[in-house]
Formats: sequence, C-alpha cells, structure tokens
Amino acid sequence: MTALITATAAEQAAALAAGEVSSRELTQAHLERIAVVDGAVNAFLDVDADRALADADAADAARRDGTATSELTGVPVAVKDLFVTRGQVTTAASRILEGWVPPYDATAVTNLRGAHLPILGKTNLDEFAMGGSTEHSAFGRTANPWDLGRIPGGSSGGSAAAVGAYEAPLALGTDTGGSIRQPAAVTGTVGVKPTYGTVSRFGVIAMASSLDTPGPMARTVLDTALLHDVIASYDPLDSTSLTDAPRGMAAVVRAAQQGRDLTGTRVGVIAELDGGHAYQAGVMDSFHAALALLEEAGASIETVSLPNLEYALDAYYLIMPAEVSSNLARYDGMRYGLRVEPTEGPVTAETVMAATRGAGFGDEAKRRIILGTHVLSAGYYDAYYGSAQKVRTLVQRDLNAAFADFDVLVSPTSPVTAYRFGEKDDPMAMYALDVTTIPANLAGIPGMSLPSGLSDDALPVGFQILAPQRADDRLYRVGAVLEAALEERWGGRLLDHAPVLNEAAVAGVRNKKEA
Amino acid sequence: MSAISKDEVARVAALARVALTDEEVTRLAGELDAVASSFARVTSVVTPDLPATSHPVPLTNVLREDVPGPTLDVDELLAGAPAAQDSMFLVPQILGEDSAS
Repeated sequence: MTALITATAAEQAAALAAGEVSSRELTQAHLERIAVVDGAVNAFLDVDADRALADADAADAARRDGTATSELTGVPVAVKDLFVTRGQVTTAASRILEGWVPPYDATAVTNLRGAHLPILGKTNLDEFAMGGSTEHSAFGRTANPWDLGRIPGGSSGGSAAAVGAYEAPLALGTDTGGSIRQPAAVTGTVGVKPTYGTVSRFGVIAMASSLDTPGPMARTVLDTALLHDVIASYDPLDSTSLTDAPRGMAAVVRAAQQGRDLTGTRVGVIAELDGGHAYQAGVMDSFHAALALLEEAGASIETVSLPNLEYALDAYYLIMPAEVSSNLARYDGMRYGLRVEPTEGPVTAETVMAATRGAGFGDEAKRRIILGTHVLSAGYYDAYYGSAQKVRTLVQRDLNAAFADFDVLVSPTSPVTAYRFGEKDDPMAMYALDVTTIPANLAGIPGMSLPSGLSDDALPVGFQILAPQRADDRLYRVGAVLEAALEERWGGRLLDHAPVLNEAAVAGVRNKKEA
Repeated sequence: MSAISKDEVARVAALARVALTDEEVTRLAGELDAVASSFARVTSVVTPDLPATSHPVPLTNVLREDVPGPTLDVDELLAGAPAAQDSMFLVPQILGEDSAS
C-alpha cells in the first residue's frame, strides 16, 4: 500500500495542485488497491477502470488548462450504486435492476463530473438501501475492513468499506435512517447526512422520499467537507431541493482546525440516547471520553431530554415502509429491469408484474413492501400512517426546543460496534439499532458521525453530532475540533490502527486470491 | 395494530403485485406481526389536534418556462427495457380475453 492512497483527499488534492502526481497516477493507484483487496472486502459492485482513467485524463487536462473548478479536481471517488450513472450499470443491489444501464446521471454525479472527480466504480449496499448491515444485497455482502467477519454497517456499507480499506479516498452515500452515519461509525470513518433538500435526490433511486438524503463519506472531517461543497446545490429537477443550501464547509473546517476553540459552544447530550441496556459499555466509555475533550476545548456540556424520541423508531418504521411500497411500485417489468413471465396461468400485465416483483425483490424489500401496503390500505391509513406523521411533528418540536438552548446535540452514532455476519437475523433486532440516527431523518436536520476511538472489543465507535436545519457548518466546526483533539491523543488517525489494513493482512488477501 | 395474519399478507401481496410462495407468506406473517405490535405505541401518544408532518421542509411547486428542450434519447431509453418494438415499450396484454370483446 503506497502513501499515495493512505493520504487524505485533501493531501491528494494538494499533491495534484503541486504537480507532484497526476490524476491518472492517483486513479491507477486506487484501481490497483481495489484489484488487490476487493476480492476480500467486496465494496464494489462495478468498477470501470477505462472510464475512470479517461475521467482522470480529463481532470489532468483541466488542471493544466487552468479550468479546474474544484480543489478536489482529479481526486477519485466511489459512488453508492443507488445513484444512477449514465452509461454505467446501476442496480441498487437488486436483481430487479440487474444489468440496467441508465440513460442519465443523478445530479450529485453530474456535480462530480463537473468538478472532474474520476468515478472509480459503484459500491455495494443493502438492496434499495434497506438494511443496516449490507448483508441484504442481491450480489453478496460487503466486509468490514477492521474484521472481515463483521458487517460494514449499512446501507452505505460498500462506500464506507471502500473508504476504510483505502480503495477510495471519497465516496457518496445516502442516509434514510442513518445509512451514512452508522456505516461510518462501524468502519472508523467520517460520514455526513446534510440538511434534507441541500443535496439533490434527482437520480438517486428512491427508497423513502421524505427521508432520503445523499451525502459525503471520507476518512476525515475536512475531506467530507470538501466533497460536501461539490455535491450540495440547488436543483430545479428535485422539487424538494432548497434554494439556500449552506456552502463553504471546507473553509469552516480549516478555520476550526486553526483555532481549536469551542468557547461559547453549547453542546447538549441527548439523555434518551446516553446509555441503557442496549448500549455496549465500550461505546459509552468512548463517547464520554470524547465529551471530555469537547469540554477541554471550551464547549459547555449539559444533558437535554427529548421525551418523544422514544416513539421515533416506531413512527419511522411506519412512514418508511409506506413510502417504500409507493416508490417500489415503479419496478413492474415494463420499462426497465427484469421481466419474468408466470409459469402458470395467463400472461397479462398483472401476472407478469407479480411474477417479476416476486422473483426480483429480496426478502427485506418484500417485507417492507408488504408492511407499507398494509399500513396504507383502507382502514389503517389514518390510524397508523397518520399517527406516525403526528409523531414526526412531536420529534421535530422536541428537537427545535432543544436547539433553542444548544448549538449542537450529541450521542453515540450506534449503540454497538460492528457485529458479526448473521448475528441480527431478526429484523426487529436490526431495526432497533437505528434508534440513535432516525430522529435526524424524521426532522430533516443534518448529522455527522466521526470516530471517537475503539470500544472494548477493539472496534471503532462513532460519535454523532446533530445541528438545526441549514446549520451544517456547526457539525463541521465541532467535528473538526474534536477530530484534531482525538488525533493528537492517538498520534494519528484511528484508521491507521485498523489491523486488517496492514501490509501483512493485505498480502494475505492477495495470496488467498491467487491460490 | 391488528394482527398481520397469513390471509392479510396474501391479500396485501396481491394488492402490491408481488407473487409470494406459501413459505414466504408464513414467514412474513410471523415477522410482520412482531413489527406491528410495536406500532400501538405510536397511536397512544398522538392527539386529534396535533398536526401531521408529511415532509421535513416546506414544499413548493417547481415550474419552468414552457419551451422545448432536450429529452432522453429514445434508443438509449429503450435499450434498458425488457422488450421494445417500433420505438415503443412492448408490454404484455393489459385486457384479458373477457374484456377484449
């Protein structure tokens, strides 16, 4: 593994700007790393090396011509396979879209191309972003770079693992109930769910439209900020796009890294998410140690209660499947994707549709479609879907009240560290782990997860920061100061301690593949 | 929430146009019943006067000038379809024999 690919995206960008390396060399180095380790990690569903190198040549030309529009020009990126990419297979990790080549790009992808970030490939996910472990992909699960027998989180587990395994310095993810923050937490990386509506959902295959939020994933707070600045934009193609998306996150991070001072910043610790029987002891120890560092940096720390948070999980698991059942109705075997004809009876549009959907969707997608159709059906709609939307109001009110007294709210990102494959086969057990991340999606507020250390099982722990709508800059400011204090304590980045990423382990993977 | 029985799963699956095997119907009935039992808490906390929030940010219609612009390429679009003919999607029959007359 070369220093080139272990460098942060900001360092890679600086090397490009100084002419010390070309985008082609940088992109080639990442493609070689993918070739070596991805057989073991399975972060990528599709890698188009020729296209990535062509993108890199265009980036080199843009830097030479002085037409580069972004600091990140030439730095490669991985894209969750939920973003449609023109001319490149997009599956949402579902058999129902296997082999589909979209005729257009998602707006976030258009922004990447406009800034000349070479796209290395499409990363694995839970089918249609449904799950918290990347075990629910139709094309095989992704492994956690810290321990290949454990989950990388989900649903953006492929993106998190690609970043954590040094296969890509940057990645796009999406967060519907924590799908950027939780995989970032369990892989020791940084993930940001921006304010809803600030990164376009156009061309992001919809799961639950009122909750889905695209966002950046990387190895440092600064790198996520740089990518955030590339992808956040007003988009008339998305009716939920906000015209006043906050920008300039990288500048916020750099200023915070200089000052390292949080004097006057009021940090609220969410009482309902501060421990309990579901929380691993090592997770809580790491969380409280990070709080002490914030206090040392000058922040004031107090506990705040959000009493309606205890209903957020139940409301989410009514609203989300209802929107899923509606959004996934478009996969009918008529215009794109799979078409399966029934083996018995008449071949009509209706029977083809049922056979296609029965064969094309995996277990988790079917579970959510059936649940969503049930709660939206006559007699249940008002009682359950309507009530869940009212709980959403209560959660928003709780958060608004808390933000009247606090600049940011914090909690552990996930109650537990990465668990072993198959450990949470019961859907309720998996759903319960989303308790910390879901409130941000119900309220549309931004959230960040950054590594706060290792738990008692030597696996990474995530620290979650939440801010009011459109105040994404607060995440970056507090996150940058905390990251700087932690790295000083660790003598480097947490990811440097990942055992599976050392040279011997990588060589082991290589030998296994060649055997 | 009322129990999600095997009959209810089969009924909803037909509404959602998803062909399920008997084994899937049985498994989903068990799994979803466990999920559904937690939803009673949601109804217990809300009141009739509480407004519902369908969306985290206010929505406004997005309109553009009514001028012709580029559209997706027809051939590129149809290349992703399971079947196409004469620049159109080819779909199974919609009307049954009884309806055809």
